[in-house]
Parts: sequence; C-alpha cells; structure tokens
Amino acid sequence: MPTLQEMAKKKAAFSSGHRLCAGCPAPIFTKMLTRVSDYDIVVGSATGCLEVGSSIFPYSAWNVPWIHTAFENAAATVSGIAAMAKVQAKKKPTAKKIKCVAIGGDGGTYDIGIQALSAAMERGHDLLYICYDNGAYMNTGIQRSGATPLGAATTTTPVGTVISGKQQQRKDLSRIMVAHHVEYVAQASIHNPIDLSNKIKKGIELDGPAFLNILAPCIPGWRINPDMAVESASLAVETRFWPLYEVEGGSYKVNYKPKQNKPITDWLFTQGRFRHLKNPQWAHMIEEFQSRIDEQWEWLLGQEKGV
Amino acid sequence: MSKFSAITGNGAIAEAMRQISPDVVAAFPITPSTQIIEDFAKFAADGKVDTELITVESEHSAMSACLGASVAGGRVMTATSANGLALMWEMLYVASGMRQPILVAVVNRALSAPINIHCDHNDSMGARDAGWIQIYAENNQEAYDNMLMAPVITEHADVRLPLMVCLDGFIISHSIETMQLEDDSKVKDFVGEHTAYHALLDTDNPSTWGSLDLHDYYIEHKKGQQVAMENVIPVVEEVSERFYQEFGRKYELFESYCLDDAERVVIAINSVAGELKEVIDEVRDAGEKVGLLKIRLFRPFPYAEIAAALKNCKIVTVLDRSTSMGAYGPLFVEICSALYDADPRPMLYSRTFGLGGRELLLNDIRDLFEESKRYLDEGKIEKRSYFLNVRGG
Ligand SMILES: Cc1ncc(C[n+]2csc(CCOP(=O)(O)OP(=O)(O)O)c2C)c(N)n1
Ligand code: SF4
Ligand SMILES: [Mg+2]
Repeated sequence: MPTLQEMAKKKAAFSSGHRLCAGCPAPIFTKMLTRVSDYDIVVGSATGCLEVGSSIFPYSAWNVPWIHTAFENAAATVSGIAAMAKVQAKKKPTAKKIKCVAIGGDGGTYDIGIQALSAAMERGHDLLYICYDNGAYMNTGIQRSGATPLGAATTTTPVGTVISGKQQQRKDLSRIMVAHHVEYVAQASIHNPIDLSNKIKKGIELDGPAFLNILAPCIPGWRINPDMAVESASLAVETRFWPLYEVEGGSYKVNYKPKQNKPITDWLFTQGRFRHLKNPQWAHMIEEFQSRIDEQWEWLLGQEKGV
Repeated sequence: MSKFSAITGNGAIAEAMRQISPDVVAAFPITPSTQIIEDFAKFAADGKVDTELITVESEHSAMSACLGASVAGGRVMTATSANGLALMWEMLYVASGMRQPILVAVVNRALSAPINIHCDHNDSMGARDAGWIQIYAENNQEAYDNMLMAPVITEHADVRLPLMVCLDGFIISHSIETMQLEDDSKVKDFVGEHTAYHALLDTDNPSTWGSLDLHDYYIEHKKGQQVAMENVIPVVEEVSERFYQEFGRKYELFESYCLDDAERVVIAINSVAGELKEVIDEVRDAGEKVGLLKIRLFRPFPYAEIAAALKNCKIVTVLDRSTSMGAYGPLFVEICSALYDADPRPMLYSRTFGLGGRELLLNDIRDLFEESKRYLDEGKIEKRSYFLNVRGG
C-alpha cells in the first residue's frame, strides 16, 4: 500500500474546479480512485450531487473515463462496461487490465437503485460499487431516503407539531450486500484516509464484485458548517453510528473500536437536522436510536468473533 | 451457403444476432420476444458467438447495460416487447441522446392494462418520440433482413443513433415461414467491423459521457440529434441498395404495392400487409384501381417521399394498429402531415384495428375497400375514424 505522501503525488481521478458545495467531502474518495491502485479505471455514476457537481457541460472534473446515464442504474450501466472490458480483454489479451467502479448516493443505492445493484452483485461482474451515504436525497434538496437516520429532519420528513423528522430507522444496506456473498463488503468513512484508501484499493483490485459504503456528511443536508464534514464523520464512527468494518470471504473484521462508548447525542446534537430532538417531547426517539446502535454494535462484534 | 429454412420470426432474429455476433447482449424475457433471448443464450452456451450475454434483472437494466457496453466501445443488442419496452422508456431517450447505435428487436405486443400478450403496435409507437430509428417488417424474411441492415445503418458516421427492428408478436414471431437465411461469412462482410467513437475503455484518452447539459448547450445537442435523424433516410436507401446488390432482395423506404395508378390506397404497417395484398389482387382483378403503401421506415418519417408516392391517389385509408387515446392514431397523423401540401389533396380517414391481437380477416378488408369506394363515389367521408371489428363498433 502506498503511503499517503506517495499517493498524493499521483494524478487524482477527480480534479478541483468541480461545483460541489464548499466543504463537501465527496472528492476525498473520488480523488483516491486512481491513487490507491495502478489499474486503469472507468467510472459510472448515478444521478446525484456528485454527478451534477462534476460534469456541467462543457466541463468535467473527471480525469478518468466517466459516464452517467440515469439515477437508478449505475450498477447496470457499469455491468455493461465490465462486460465490454471482458470482451476487449479476450480480443486483445495484451491490453491493459481495466477496472470498473460504480458510484451512487444513498438514494441511488439504498432506494431506487437497489434492484440493479443487487442483480449486478449476484451476477458477479468485476466491479466495485461505492455508495456515498449522506443520508438523504441531497441533490434534489434534502428529501428522506432509506438511509436517512431516525429522527432526521428532511424536506419530506419535516419537523412538525405531531410528527418530527423521519419516523423510521434506516435500513442496513451493507448487511444486505453481505447477504449477496460477494467477495468484499466494507463500510468506510471520509474522515479516515488510511482505512478508506485500503478499502478502495481492495475493492478495485480484487476480481469480482465488491461493495463499499462510505459515510459522507453533507453540509446543507446535515446543517453543519463547511469545515465540519470530517469531524462529523469522525463522531459518527466514535458514537458507533457508522462502524468501520469489512467482510472478506464471509469473515467480519471491525477495523476500529472506539475506546469509550460515546452517546449518540454527541453526534446528533452537532447537526442542525437533529436539533429538534433536544425537545424532551422526542426523548423516546433518542432512546430508540441509541438502542438500535447498541444492538447493532453487539451484533457486529459477535459476527467478528464468529458467534 | 445461403439456404432456405422454415423458421419462426423470433428464430430468424436470433439467427441474425448469431451471425452478427455482437460484443454484448443484455436481455430480459417477455412474451412474445423471449425465444430470441433463449435461442441466443443457447448460441452463447455452445460457443457459437463471442458475445458476453448479460442476463439482467429487468429491461431497464437491459437498456442500461447495453448503453454502458455501447459507450464502452462495443456493438450491442437486445430484444423485448410491450411492458419490457415501456420499462426501458427512460433509457431509450438516454441511448439516443448519447448517440449510441444500440439495436433492439421489438416484437410488437399490446401494453397493459388489461394485460394481453398479443400483437398491436402501442409499444413501439409509444417510443416514436424517443429518438430511435424504427424499421418495421411484414414477415420473417423482412425482419431478418432488417436485422442485417440495422447495424450498418445505426453505425453509419452520419447517423450514430439507436434502432428498433419491429415485427408483429405471434403473427410473425411465432409463425414458421420458409425464408432465406444468408451465409454467415457474407453476413459478416456485409455488416462489417464495429467502430467505437470515444470509447470509454480508451483509458489513455478519457472521455466524459452523460454530462449535465443546461440551457446554454442542450438545444444544440438536440438539434444535432435531429440532423442525424434526417441523415437516416439517404443512409437507409444506400444500405438497402447495397443489401440488394449483395443478397438480391430489394427494399425501399416503404413498399409500394399496385400503387402507381391506384386511386384508392390503404396505408398500413407490418403483417396485415400480407392480407391487404391478397385482397388488393382480388379487387384489381375486378378492375378496381386499389393499392397499398406499406410503411417500412417510421422514424424518421419519409414525408416527402410518401407524398410523392400518393400524388395520383384520390382516397387514403390509414390503418393504425395502435391508439393515441383522445387523438388520431400515430400513423394517420403522420400521413395527414405528409399530405397537407398535396394539391389536389386526397380524401383521408383513419381506421384502428387489431388491438390486443384482434384479427382483421379477409372479409373485413374487402369491406374496407367497399367503404372507400362508397366514400369516393359520394365524395364525402362519413366517419373520419373508428375501431374496426369491435363489439358495439
Ligand atoms: C428516475 C428519477 N427519479 C428522480 C430523479 C430526481 N433525482 C435526481 S438526484 C436525486 C436524489 C439523489 O440522492 P442520492 O442518491 O442520495 O445522492 P445525493 O444527491 O444525496 O448525493 C433525485 C431524487 C431522477 N433524476 N431520476
Ligand atoms: S449538498 Fe451535500 S452532498 Fe451535495 S454537494 Fe453539497 S455538501 Fe456535497
Ligand atoms: Mg444522498
């Protein structure tokens, strides 16, 4: 694995001049795509912030071949590219080996794109699917998704007098991906570059399907300051909302275990989207939130131990 | 060796696909097109094609995977019908907007609801604004021949647009007809090698595809697409002529049957043309000047050429096998546009038939010709449009 200094010398897959919000952490992982590995890569993105912010014609922030076709089909589009890469490799065995990466937001992955994703994983194409989970449909102005945490205020789960924020817990897509028995499934976060780059490298280099779920805070969506993305992601891991783990060949490894169990409110109350939960009226939602986290964490440790 | 074979329409399409041996096929089953995919899967399983077959989980993904593979640099195809084509709808526009020469065999079938697996043209007609070339076929031979011409048309440098080869569900897809299958190597030569433009897999020259394209460029890109569509007409003529030279079967933008001196003309699409021709022969034997204009190229629509072909006729009956609820059928609307400047302009009316597979029998067609005779004699169209052969009709 190259060191971070060595990586920084390689040309990034993604350049500055894009139009993502100031402080948006999505470029942290897109830049790494070419830096972690020597393979040539081709990227396909789902509709969403990253796509819109990186490709306003006639400009492009992508230094690698890149395609966007629609919202729900990044996995299917990239399946086609991977199939064609296979054909090309057969026709020209001397040609450089090309690796395919699909990228979708949580909306494009947990929700509208889950069918295409599931099928692509089941078919076993040689591709890495990266979900950057910012917990809502940000591009269309912050609507709830299946990844939106319990209680979060979005424009479709607004704070009201009788209902406040999202009423449901988020779904655990990483576990759904593990159930596909693919080569590699991992959760990473934009605040930990070493762990993140290791995981991107593994996902790209292995032959076969891999899934990487990256927590990527959103400045307006989480209602945090533009300099808070990294800290907010770090707190999500410290409070065990977003465990860093990987599943290789069915074996779980938890990559980071916080020294102390910080309460979830440490994370929630640094974000405007949960501010209303400070009202004692919604205390039960915090309890529910915390107990799901505790349960999931125990479950994960159990998986690691193989129990 | 070219050979006569007894084969279904679907079988003929699959044969064409085997002979072309595209780089990637991504497909999902739906009646009545399923056999195409099954036959093709068997070809792949037996090593008779070099194709990567992606057995996707939906038609939306079929078109998405075709698109990915096409932009990646491959020659790609699929087949579908009705609801399958409807599920592709979003991606049809993306495929044409990205100027990808993707090929779809559309085995025409009625759209739900009510669910019905039989033939009509609402599926492909619903996609007529999607920026795809559409070529229709009367029978198995034409469907096969159109498949062979399709890659040459779509991949032409002046065109670079996706194409639907349309054939009637069951009537053609499942009927065995004796037809000529051409020699594999002659087909390969005719179709030629695929050339990719700015292939995504060319990692030394990275390209960006599918950008966000706002008000300062979008309309220019759409205009480019329109120009490419207009280029299709001469390209279809050129490729059809080459096909004729190579294989001896002649195709034009549309087929003219007894049209030159015809006073009364029926215009129709696909398999019903067979029955129409039979009745026209009878009516001609009785000394009546009747004829048929059979649509082949529906998109782009050859307005001027059709108007010129109809310049001697006095009355036109347009048969639509699809509906635009609350409006005239799609073919009728096009024919009206084509004839607007005609002077004198023939009398014109519309008949909708065959939805969900309802048959149009020879006697129904005889009645049609009697009706057009009466209208012409009386100099007046009694009913501009109605459904043929329908209860309470
Ligand atoms: C079929 C379809 N439905 C809806 C949309 C509108 N749309 C575009 S992006 C988007 C949300 C994207 O959310 P997510 O995938 O989480 O990415 P983010 O913008 O949050 O990064 C929506 C709803 C669309 N483009 N296509
Ligand atoms: S809205 Fe959020 S995800 Fe989108 S560009 Fe801004 S910070 Fe990034
Ligand atoms: Mg999102």
